[in-house]
Amino acid sequence: MIQQLVMYEEELQQINRICEVLHRDSNARAVLVIDKNGQAIASAGDVQELDVTSLSSLTAGNVAATGGIASLLAEKEFAGQFLEGEKTNYHISIVGQRVILVVLFDERSSLGLVRLRVRKAGQELTLTIEVMVKKSAAGSGQPSVFSEITDDDIDNLFND
Amino acid sequence: MSFINYSSREINCKIVYYGPGLCGKTTNLQYIYNKTNPEAKGKMISLATETERTLFFDFLPLSLGEIRGFKTRFHLYTVPGQVFYDASRKLILKGVDGVVYCGDSQMERMEANIESLDNLSSNLQEQGYDLNKLPYVVQYNKRDLPNAMPLAELEEALNPMKVPHYEAVAPKGIGVFDTLKAVAKLVLTELRKGG
Repeated sequence: MIQQLVMYEEELQQINRICEVLHRDSNARAVLVIDKNGQAIASAGDVQELDVTSLSSLTAGNVAATGGIASLLAEKEFAGQFLEGEKTNYHISIVGQRVILVVLFDERSSLGLVRLRVRKAGQELTLTIEVMVKKSAAGSGQPSVFSEITDDDIDNLFND
Repeated sequence: MSFINYSSREINCKIVYYGPGLCGKTTNLQYIYNKTNPEAKGKMISLATETERTLFFDFLPLSLGEIRGFKTRFHLYTVPGQVFYDASRKLILKGVDGVVYCGDSQMERMEANIESLDNLSSNLQEQGYDLNKLPYVVQYNKRDLPNAMPLAELEEALNPMKVPHYEAVAPKGIGVFDTLKAVAKLVLTELRKGG
């Protein structure tokens, strides 16, 4: 079975900080970190106007489809993608083989600057993700609240 | 693969609706979307062809409320049912927590049903999953059609593991929420075991 991903406070703070630094240093409109399965993990910048849930799912779908193309061409993966719009550009990169780092930017930034900053942020993010994956596997020693879930708890969710 | 965020106290799970082309997977999601309170759902996304056949997937994010202080969010996906979209189906199964197999009750779709079920099993295996161990329910859709097969025959052909099954008429909503609730419960029960 594929391993469950668990996010704890410490790693989330680190990921948020990496996103905020990347957002500032690349003059980006927004930065998103997305699980490869399409779940939004963290964001920074001007995200109030964005539908982050939908963007996460579609970006993960896009990355999955691109990964499918890569394997058909006997490539390990296409690590990055750049979607160029009239006003907004969308830079996608895969980090630590596990998460997707997205930078949305406009004319206030440039592809060169974004690539440069993404490289540095990607390295830091990889280290944090590695810790997160290890902690997920080990359970981090914290007692799990889920083992205490009762049938009534589950049934109560569905009481209309 | 569920994603648990202790920081924001959220559980995110992925449920995939699988089945042959035109069995009603998208209709299930559309009904759920139409009948869910606006605050409990996100935007429904359908990546479809011009003739409204699913090209890549449909996606519907749903919030079911809190369990032990954790918000439970379910991401519902459908796969494209048509045989030649197999590469896309494999991608959508990645990270799945629960599966709904949606069968078409019509006699003339029996071969397509069996082919799709075999395809589900082999695609899951390829991803390292075992259908016998995954939260999994079966829905027999289109029960209102005159050429619908008897339930016992569908069960024998499509549900050898005797997992929970539901009869449905998706456009009218019959069986739609029963199916969703059943698979969501199984996913949460699995989470409890894992915890």
